[in-house]
Amino acid sequence: MNQITNEGLILACSTIGAGLAMIAGIGPGIGQGIAAGQGAAAVGRNPGARGDIVSTMLLGQAVAETTGLYGLVVALLLMYGNPMLSRFLKL
Amino acid sequence: MGYGTLPMLLASDGEVDFSIHHLIPYQFMGTTVYITTSHVCMLLIMLTIIIFALIARKKIMHADEVPTGLQNVVEFAVETLQGFVGSTMGSHAGKYINYIGTLFLFVLLSNISGLFGLRPPTADYGTTFSLAIITFCMIQYNNFKCNKFGAITGLFQPLPFLFPINLIGEFATPISMSLRLFGNVMSGTVMMALFYGLLPIFVKIGIPAALHTYFDLFSGAIQAYVFSMLTMVFVSDKIGE
Repeated sequence: MNQITNEGLILACSTIGAGLAMIAGIGPGIGQGIAAGQGAAAVGRNPGARGDIVSTMLLGQAVAETTGLYGLVVALLLMYGNPMLSRFLKL
Repeated sequence: MGYGTLPMLLASDGEVDFSIHHLIPYQFMGTTVYITTSHVCMLLIMLTIIIFALIARKKIMHADEVPTGLQNVVEFAVETLQGFVGSTMGSHAGKYINYIGTLFLFVLLSNISGLFGLRPPTADYGTTFSLAIITFCMIQYNNFKCNKFGAITGLFQPLPFLFPINLIGEFATPISMSLRLFGNVMSGTVMMALFYGLLPIFVKIGIPAALHTYFDLFSGAIQAYVFSMLTMVFVSDKIGE
């Protein structure tokens, strides 16, 4: 354990944290799946309103995606912006 | 991202590269700022839109009774835009159709510029946040213009102690909108850079076409649609009836 430098430890933990942040992708996946399923059911019940249903579904899915994208932004910041490392180097 | 002197963990080998590059440094109010790749790509996109607009204008000035060629395309685009804005904003569509059309075209062309080898300007948080700030100003302007004092008292509805949550909700709108656009385009850019940078040469024949179709064309068009749609929904929500 003595060979690990402080910077190396910070980098390793940041990368693990980036991986953990992407667990946020589960929620939007489930949500978008439910929206797509309901959209398919709605088209089956009322094929005439297909255009409206598809556009409403895509809008809802894009909004539901936001929480997953927050996770992605956190992961990208941890990997490429790395606030922890810059704070450590400033100390 | 990519600013400062931090080590770029993945990009350090020079193969995987999706960061914003600094091209020309110049002095602005005592600090060194840069003309970046985002500015250059945005300039190219604006030039494309302007040149197309000039050609379309010239064509429409000498319009025929029976449209052919480019006139067909322009009329179709304008009719689609009118239907798109009119179905969401109703009678207020006339005031906002120009802005929504500009916004949609700019975001769409920015998103699909990854297809032409540029780095999309919307993968820079500065661009998307500026667009979201414009939307935020439009929302609040219409809120105060149409609801007068109700814009303030509305924050205390339905219960007075919910005021902080309502206030945060107002200011969360531009942040969530900008992060949604940024995250989508950035994820596409990162995926394409990883694919082109890390995999062996024989995988790069043919397969990137499918990825470009999804990440640049499909995702880009959806996000441009969503961004302008959300702008219209929020603004017409504040205008009321």
